[in-house]
Amino acid sequence: MRGVMSDPLRIADRELSSRLILGTGGFANHELLAQACRAAEAELCTVALRRLDPAARGSILDVLDEAGVSVLPNTAGCYTARDAVTTAQLAREAFETDWIKLEVIGDDRTLLPDAVELVAAAEELVDDGFTVLPYTTDDPVLARRLEDVGCVAVMPLGSPIGSGMGICNPYNLSIIIERAGVPVILDAGVGTASDAALAMELGCDAVLCASAISRAHDPVAMARAVALGVQAGRLAGGAGRIPRRRYAQASTPEEGVPAFDVQGLSQ
Amino acid sequence: MNVTVNGEPRELGDGATVASVVELLDVNPGARGVAVALDGEVVSRGRWADTPLSEGSMVEVVAAIGGG
Repeated sequence: MRGVMSDPLRIADRELSSRLILGTGGFANHELLAQACRAAEAELCTVALRRLDPAARGSILDVLDEAGVSVLPNTAGCYTARDAVTTAQLAREAFETDWIKLEVIGDDRTLLPDAVELVAAAEELVDDGFTVLPYTTDDPVLARRLEDVGCVAVMPLGSPIGSGMGICNPYNLSIIIERAGVPVILDAGVGTASDAALAMELGCDAVLCASAISRAHDPVAMARAVALGVQAGRLAGGAGRIPRRRYAQASTPEEGVPAFDVQGLSQ
Repeated sequence: MNVTVNGEPRELGDGATVASVVELLDVNPGARGVAVALDGEVVSRGRWADTPLSEGSMVEVVAAIGGG
């Protein structure tokens, strides 16, 4: 048991003991984010870039520093490979890291990835020296293509970003996990702790969770719950579940059941 | 010269550089989590002061925010 829980997550040249990556979008304020970071025991948090707001007070980077977490910049909001590459380069400059969570979106209602632009951007960024973690659909072929171009992990969705619909296609996710040679991080769709547990039971290496925590009624409690869900799922996945069967199988031995119904007496 | 900074038209004096824009936005040049693109190309912090703008330049100055 100890082996499973202390086994660090290895991505590229980095080791992480926490398998929950916290998305920092949607928190009502920095204080709540800081508390959620601690409750989640996160080591890595995503951050984004937007046009500088001269009225903004306090940098999120100071909050994350204080919480002792590293940043994983994203390219959220990019619709073309070109924009994603430029955003990644800005992120490298702003955050002094070559790690990038690559998002290239194809549609503003579903926020689903644009597969063609995504692979093109991933290839260009890998060539440019980036450590690329792409947000992808649950398509096993696309996941393999992303691995083939040099991505250090794949981040399939469970369901659309912010939908809270959980893992809509656990079968596809399982195929990605079985065939991937890089870590698989469930990204998007987690609605509550049990979704994170299921992802880990299926064999995901980690879970990224943003909205389910930041938009929960009590984000700090949910951060803790999702962290425990990740740990429970990891432990359960390693423990090996029993096979599903259609009929019951008694857990109490059937041998030696005493007989009370002596014929004639009970009538 | 007339330039565009984060989508807004701005008028800057001759000889303006990327650093002038950063100053205009009241950003400490050492501020963390800030990056600049000039006409779609990233300008590294060390080159802000010696990268000149020209008429019609498009400057994007971005900063860290929370995001998934």
